[in-house]
Amino acid sequence: MKLKTFKLALTYTMPICAGFLFLGISYGFLMQSKGFSFVYPMLTSFFVFAGSMEFVTADLLLEPFNPLHAFILTLIVNARHIFYGISMLKKYANTGKIKPYLIFGMCDESFSINCTTRLPDDVDKTLFMFFVTFLNHIWWVLGSTIGGLLGYVIHFNTKGIDFVLTALFVTLFVNQWNESKNHNPALAGLFSALICLLIFGPEGFVIPSMFLILLYFLTDKKQLARRVECR
Amino acid sequence: MPLIERVLTIVIVVFGTMFTRFISFMIFPEGKRVPVYIIRLGRVLPYSMMGLLVVYSMKNVLIKENLLAGNHGIAELISVIFIILLQKWKKNMLLSILLGTVFYMFLVQKIFVHIYM
Repeated sequence: MKLKTFKLALTYTMPICAGFLFLGISYGFLMQSKGFSFVYPMLTSFFVFAGSMEFVTADLLLEPFNPLHAFILTLIVNARHIFYGISMLKKYANTGKIKPYLIFGMCDESFSINCTTRLPDDVDKTLFMFFVTFLNHIWWVLGSTIGGLLGYVIHFNTKGIDFVLTALFVTLFVNQWNESKNHNPALAGLFSALICLLIFGPEGFVIPSMFLILLYFLTDKKQLARRVECR
Repeated sequence: MPLIERVLTIVIVVFGTMFTRFISFMIFPEGKRVPVYIIRLGRVLPYSMMGLLVVYSMKNVLIKENLLAGNHGIAELISVIFIILLQKWKKNMLLSILLGTVFYMFLVQKIFVHIYM
């Protein structure tokens, strides 16, 4: 029973394993190229476990120490997790002792699997979500540690490697696009962000974008009533 | 930055990240009724968030100055189209991410060298 659930979770996290190893290795490489030992990518991956924020942290560590700026920037970059939480209130309810870990490990990828996967009745859903979160955590820490270590021995032109993040998000965006009939929420996110980026510039556009998205859903109640499934 | 400041910065980043992940569950603990509009928002927001993330990951490219000046952003545009087509065609996440990134690196390192100095 446990083994079956584990195998099922393993299958679902396989693409993420590959993506995370690659992304993690890139992150480790990036940190190495900025002069950090492999311990940094290893520990931040273990404790922060939020890909995009870790890339941002790499720059934070090179700037003058400014705790308030670091905190606010983290809230901005990870603000979407607040919305993930809203989406997972029901799914993560009644998961008992492991609930804190499920929430701790709610990165983009764990969220997307746990949110969209429909399981057969004989599979323990709580255990499945735990394995998904746990496996993703392992792949990510493993990847960034390997990348950090490889950075010592392999040297190549890494220019443009940070595009891996864009590639990841575009791919997930296309996935979501294919699985949903109603594209308005996706387009609302895309265009709100674009408009706010043009108005507010790269440093301060995330929060206005989120307000614009909310405003869109609040003014167009039909969108909320339509069933966009998160099973 | 000395070690202690680096450690503190990382601790703050951990704290901030956990705040964004736990806050919804703290506002709506189990047993407390969640308002219908919050549940509905929870259904549509994941899609909007991914759109936001796509733009976010290119925030330093998709700015007024660059778009008006043309050129800069061309490698991103070509690569994004490449990834979309590849993902639509093969539906293989790893392949799209891997080839998309390698393709972009090739463009900025070999083709558009002068634009991406």
